[in-house]
Amino acid sequence: MTASVTAARPPSDITKRSLPATLVIHALLIAASLLMLYPLLWMVSASVRPENEIFSSTSLIPSSVDFSSYVRGWTGLDISFGRFFWNSLVISLLVVAGNVIACSLTAFAFARLRFAGRNFWFAIMLGTLMIPYHVTLIPQYVLFLDLGWVNTILPLVVPKFLASDAFFIFLMVQFFRGIPRELDEAAMMDGCSAWRIYWKIMLPLSLPVLATAAIFSFIWTWDDFFGPLIYLNDMNTYTIQLGLRTFVDSTSASDWGGLFAMSTLTLVPVFFFFLFFQRLLIEGIATTGMKR
Amino acid sequence: MTNAMRTSAGAVTVERYQGVRADGRLRRLWNANAPGYLFLLPWLIGFFGLTLGPALISLYLSFTDFDMLRAPGWVGAANYVRIATADPKFASAMSVTLTYVVLSVPFKLTFALLVALALNRGLRGLPIYRAIFYLPSLLGGSVAIAVLWRQLFASDGLVNAALSHFGIVGPSWISHPSYSIYTLVALSVWQFGSPMIIFLAGLRQIPQDMYEAASLDGASKFRQFYKITLPLLTPVIFFNAVVQTIDAFKAFTPAFIISGGTGGPINSTLFYTLYLYQEAFGNFRMGYASALAWILVVIIAIFTAFSFLTSRYWVHYDD
Repeated sequence: MTASVTAARPPSDITKRSLPATLVIHALLIAASLLMLYPLLWMVSASVRPENEIFSSTSLIPSSVDFSSYVRGWTGLDISFGRFFWNSLVISLLVVAGNVIACSLTAFAFARLRFAGRNFWFAIMLGTLMIPYHVTLIPQYVLFLDLGWVNTILPLVVPKFLASDAFFIFLMVQFFRGIPRELDEAAMMDGCSAWRIYWKIMLPLSLPVLATAAIFSFIWTWDDFFGPLIYLNDMNTYTIQLGLRTFVDSTSASDWGGLFAMSTLTLVPVFFFFLFFQRLLIEGIATTGMKR
Repeated sequence: MTNAMRTSAGAVTVERYQGVRADGRLRRLWNANAPGYLFLLPWLIGFFGLTLGPALISLYLSFTDFDMLRAPGWVGAANYVRIATADPKFASAMSVTLTYVVLSVPFKLTFALLVALALNRGLRGLPIYRAIFYLPSLLGGSVAIAVLWRQLFASDGLVNAALSHFGIVGPSWISHPSYSIYTLVALSVWQFGSPMIIFLAGLRQIPQDMYEAASLDGASKFRQFYKITLPLLTPVIFFNAVVQTIDAFKAFTPAFIISGGTGGPINSTLFYTLYLYQEAFGNFRMGYASALAWILVVIIAIFTAFSFLTSRYWVHYDD
C-alpha cells in the first residue's frame, strides 16, 4: 500500500518531455514554493531583526542579526515560556503514549481476533469517526469539571488512553490486516496467548504505523488550541499555544519582535518532526487521507 | 453460578452432569470471546463514557436551559425555535461558515490538483517540492500561523507592502468586515498540501499504458486529461471534497486568533464553532450550545448524505 506512493516513475515518462517544457514547469514550481514559504521565512527573519526594522522591509534578509527579541519574548509574561514548553511537552508525550497503546490494543482486537459482535463494534467505531467533537464537548466538560480535572492535564490525556482517537484505530486496523495471517495462526497453534501475539509479533512488525500515529499525535497535540483553551485556565498549566495567545493579547502591537520570536519557537518542534519524518508523514497522508 | 451448581453438596448425578456441561459451554464461550473483549476494554469504556453517554446527554441538554449553575430545566424545543427564528447571530454565523466552505474548499482542491498534476511528471526534485507544499498544511492549525496571518493582512502588513510596489493602497484586510473572511479563506487555501498529497497518490494509481494507448490514437494532452485522468481520479476528488468540507465546517483556531476571540469585525469572522464556543463557555448557555452542536451534526450529516447520493452520478469506480 505504501509502495505505490514511493514507486519511481518509469523513465520513459521523463524522456518523452521536451527540455523547455520541463524548465517552465520547474520555474513555476520554484516560484510557487517561494510564495508558499515566504510568510514563514519572513516571520523567522522578523524574529531576529532589530525592533525598528521589522516592518520597514519585505526582504527576508535582516541587516543585522539580533536575538534580543527571543529574550524579551521568553520573559514577556509573568510566567516564562519555559513553563509552557514543559506543559506542552508533558501533555504531548502522554497523548502519544495513550494513543499508541490504546489504539493498537483496539486495532489488534478488530483486525486479528475473532469474537462475537466484532463486526458490530467495528461498525460503531467507524461511526464515531464521523461525530464532530462538538456533540460530546459540553457533557464531557461537565464530567471533567465534576471530577475536579479542570486545570489539570487529565481531560486532555486520559481520553487518549481510552482510544478516543478512532482515526488512529482505523489506520492501525488497515496496517494490521496487511500482515500475513499465517504468522499469528501458527503462533496460536503453538499455544501462544493473544497477548503474546500482540506483543511479540504484531507490535514489532507494525513499527511504521505506530511511528506514524505517534508523530501525528505529537504534532496535533502540540498545535492543539481548543482543548487547552477549554480545560486550562490557570496560567501555570498553560500549553505553548495558550501562552502564545496570551502573549498576543498582552502585548498587542507593542512587541512584534517578541511575538514573532515566540511564534517561531512554537513551530520549531513541529518543523523538526517534519524534517526527520517527512517520508512517514507523507506516506501516512497518502495512504489514509489524514487531515488536520 | 456454575461453580455454585457444581459444589452444591449432594447434587444428583444428572444435575451435576448438566452443571459440568453448562460450565464447559460457558468456558468455551469465555475462551472464544474474552481475549477480544479484554483488548477492546479501554475503547469500550471510552465509547460508552466519553462518546455515547455524552452524546445522549448533550441531546437531552439541547432541550433544556442548562447554565452550569442550576440543574437543567426542560424547555422543550425552545432552543431550536429560537435558533430558527430569533437568533440573528446564528444566521450570521451560518452564513459566514457557508461562505467559508463554499469558497475555500473548491479553491483549495483546485490548487491541490493543479500542483499534483505539475508534480506528477517524473520531475527531478519531486520530494523537495512535495515537502515544501505540504509544510503549511502541517503547521496550519497552530496559533503562530494565525498570528502571522493577522500580521500579513494588517493595514501595514506584508500584503499591503507588496501591493504598494504596484501603486495600490490596500485596505486593512483583517479589520474590514467586507474582506476579513477572505483572509481566512486565503489561509485555508495556503494549506492545500494534504489534499495535494492524496491527489498525487491517486495519480500514481492510473495505469501508464492508458496514456500510451491514447497517444497512439492521437488524443491531445487536454483530451487525455479530460477523458482519462479526471474520470479515474473522481474517487479521490470525492474523498478530498468530503473530508475538506467537513473540516471547513469545523474551523476554529484561525478565526478565534485573528479576531481575538470575538468573531469580529461585525461578526464577519464569527464561524459556527466560534459562536458555539462563545455561547457555551462565554455565556454559559450550555443548553443552547448543545442545540447548536446538534444542528451542526445534522448539517454535516445532510451534506455527507447528499455527497454520497450525488456521487453515483459523477464518481467512477473501476468495477
